[in-house]
Amino acid sequence: MMNGRAQMNIVIVGHVDHGKSTVIGRLLADTGTLPKGKLESVKENCRRNSKPFEYAFLLDALKDEQSQGITIDMARCFFKTAARDYIIIDAPGHIEFLKNMITGASRAESALLVIDVDEGIKENSKRHGQMVSMLGVKQVTVLVNKMDLVDFSEEIFEKLKADYSEFLAQIKVKPVSFIPVSAREGDNIASLSERMPWYKGATVLEQLDGFTSDKQLQDKPFRFPVQDIYKFTRQNDDRRIVAGTVAAGSVSVGDEVLFLPSGKQSAIQSVESFNTTPKQIASTGEALGFTLTTQIYIRPGELMVKPSEPLPEVGTRFRVNIFWVGRAPMIMQKEYKLKIGSARASVKLAEICNTLDASDLSYSKNKHQLDCRDVGECILETSRPIAFDPAAASENTGRFVIVDNYEIAGGGIVIENLSADETLLQRHIRERENNWEKGLIKTEEREDANGHRAKFIVFTGVPGTGKRSIAKALEQGLFDNSLNAYYLGVANIDRGLDADLGYSVDNAGERLRRIGELARIITDAGLIFITTIDDADDYDIETLKLLNEPSDILVVNLGENTFSRYLPDLQIPAGGSVEDAVKQVASMLKTKEIIIEYQI
Amino acid sequence: MDHLDKLEAQSVYILREAYREFKSLCMLWSIGKDSTVMLWLARKAFFGHVPIPLVHIDTHYKISEMIVYRDRIALEWNLNMIYGENREALEGKLTFPDGNTDRITCCKYLKSEALKHTLSGEWPRYRMDHELKRYVPDEGKEPYTGVIVGVRADEEGSRSKERYFSPRDKDNVWDVGDQPPEFWNQFKTDFAPGTHVRIHPLLDWTELNIWEYIEREKIPVVSLYFNQGSGTRYRSLGCYPCTNPVDSSSRTVPEIIDELKSGRLSNIAERSGRAQDSEDGGLETLRRDGYM
Repeated sequence: MMNGRAQMNIVIVGHVDHGKSTVIGRLLADTGTLPKGKLESVKENCRRNSKPFEYAFLLDALKDEQSQGITIDMARCFFKTAARDYIIIDAPGHIEFLKNMITGASRAESALLVIDVDEGIKENSKRHGQMVSMLGVKQVTVLVNKMDLVDFSEEIFEKLKADYSEFLAQIKVKPVSFIPVSAREGDNIASLSERMPWYKGATVLEQLDGFTSDKQLQDKPFRFPVQDIYKFTRQNDDRRIVAGTVAAGSVSVGDEVLFLPSGKQSAIQSVESFNTTPKQIASTGEALGFTLTTQIYIRPGELMVKPSEPLPEVGTRFRVNIFWVGRAPMIMQKEYKLKIGSARASVKLAEICNTLDASDLSYSKNKHQLDCRDVGECILETSRPIAFDPAAASENTGRFVIVDNYEIAGGGIVIENLSADETLLQRHIRERENNWEKGLIKTEEREDANGHRAKFIVFTGVPGTGKRSIAKALEQGLFDNSLNAYYLGVANIDRGLDADLGYSVDNAGERLRRIGELARIITDAGLIFITTIDDADDYDIETLKLLNEPSDILVVNLGENTFSRYLPDLQIPAGGSVEDAVKQVASMLKTKEIIIEYQI
Repeated sequence: MDHLDKLEAQSVYILREAYREFKSLCMLWSIGKDSTVMLWLARKAFFGHVPIPLVHIDTHYKISEMIVYRDRIALEWNLNMIYGENREALEGKLTFPDGNTDRITCCKYLKSEALKHTLSGEWPRYRMDHELKRYVPDEGKEPYTGVIVGVRADEEGSRSKERYFSPRDKDNVWDVGDQPPEFWNQFKTDFAPGTHVRIHPLLDWTELNIWEYIEREKIPVVSLYFNQGSGTRYRSLGCYPCTNPVDSSSRTVPEIIDELKSGRLSNIAERSGRAQDSEDGGLETLRRDGYM
């Protein structure tokens, strides 16, 4: 049995006073959704105050009731047709309510864009058109309202239709239809108007019922953003469950799966859910979990896909459209937090290609920041690779938000992957090295004097593997052999060099950069530089390696190897003695000709 | 997926998002139908487990069947069950039933104040000991900074303006006019130290959806919701001095669903049996003050 009637969220947008409220009032009245006596009492009220009745008053009366006297921001109205239930998200047209409008429109499956035929296309007719399109509302119908003011002229309707179609084409929106209406008089809302015999299309209600609520994501390649990994041990539960919501496509028990960006592979052992019949298949929209056939180390934020299907993009640099609503502008060089699918990454604005001023539709090429309400085509760079799809290919994994100072300050869609380009980091290192001011002492002279070469040694592994004890013992051992070694505790950087950075994911990229820059300087000074990093992944090491150039890096991993492709220079099992671990590292340093001799 | 499947999936997603992002999280369980559905959704989200403490504010004026039901479910579902109370007001008899305050003030003392200080850890908390099968003083004093609440947008006006993730400042003040945007399924999950957040997984559910889901999942609810022969039933549960039943012949969940679908109750507010709502200021005043 189908539970609950089918339901659709629609948003009604348009310039102030172009008749949004009247359209809503009409829809409520003509579908018989109003509370008993409401229409009559509002009409009576108008008569007593000798003002003409308007459907907008009806809406105001309903809102007052609903709001109990406090300011309305985003109201929901309900009406039903024979086909289904509708929730109208009524977002005020005023610019100060933009955040509410976004919240409403991003939940809508279809939009009615209202334009006053007499006043013509106004700023918000354009801005809202742009916004609805960016937010991914694919089904847009334009209501050309107040046709009674232009004598129901087909010519004037066609002119406006042509002008607005041209604008919509520029922002790549294809409206489903244009309907000439007079919301106040009810023409073409619930029934075709006799006053516009030239119009042969659908009424507004027919058009709404004609919209589909199925986004057709089920046939797309499987996408599952890993929201979390659960292991609840109570009541002897030993399942390790990869949890999330299927963003597109479907997967079955036994299917091979690939996690990106880590590149790890496994297969689906079971589909997990509570209080349902056992499932063999997980489909788009379902919030459930999986167990895998092998124990692999993956983290929340990865994208699980099927290797047999078209793969998503993986990269650090991509072209996007951003809609900025932050109080502070979005600027270059600052680290923000990006949330896409279930992934979070630190991100920088690398370039602004152009910004669109929705009021006069002009493109500006020379802006250096995104101000509140700007829509910009930009290039973003994350500090580590993320997996995503261009929004046109799979919308749920191609949309993101940007967090600035704890607030969602912008949202957008990915247009394309640009990872083949030089990244900000690569450019930074190229420029740094080109301009590196050298002293008079040559590297070889320093090595001869020291009796060893410089090196950056990083101990990695999951927390609790004794990395720090080994790193410190190594420093001591090298020192006792008269070698110049220096151990740096990362906590010292947190309290010192990084004291200006908050301990949040937004600054993860910058914290890593500073360790890399330190390594560059200390190895340039000829030292063996030793530090430890918890839970490092392939990209952390690649980044440190890059930052430490032209010097080199050695990675010693303790315990479980959680890298996906990176091969540590030395792998030491957890739980062994410190002395033995130091011996192994020293012997590797000898093999690699960093040091000549090491005596215990 | 039908409409209930979609609502369920969205709520599960929100609960998992909350569990992922907030370290000090709790769920308010009023024993009513909505927060019981929410508790069930937590079992859905976490595959039979409820890894989040459940907090109940005991006014000691709850209809006694509610407390019996609470403790039975807590033991059966292995819940980390916690309750708190305003001992001072109860001992000092600063309540409406004692004749010493009006209804709104009584709500403020026994619910809002008790809740605020229980969440902050300033007042004693009592935890269900699953071996002793009774409550013992809770050692934990850490404040809960993320609170999951089962409010629905269709209940009354002020709740229709809520976000799924809604910040409150240190004094629990809610700035209705300046709420964070929610793009698609990306919610505000970053909060400055010192701010609290309320999470509302049931925002899009209606009263009818709740009952349809209770029927589909066979979720146990207190029998007070059903007509036991008196021709009345409770539609919304609270303290017995301030909660009145509505006239209804519905004896079972399917009968309640039919009753709601018939529209017989559509002109009567769901909380009409809750006397505090009709006092001066009503629920909006209470909510601004920290009431859920």
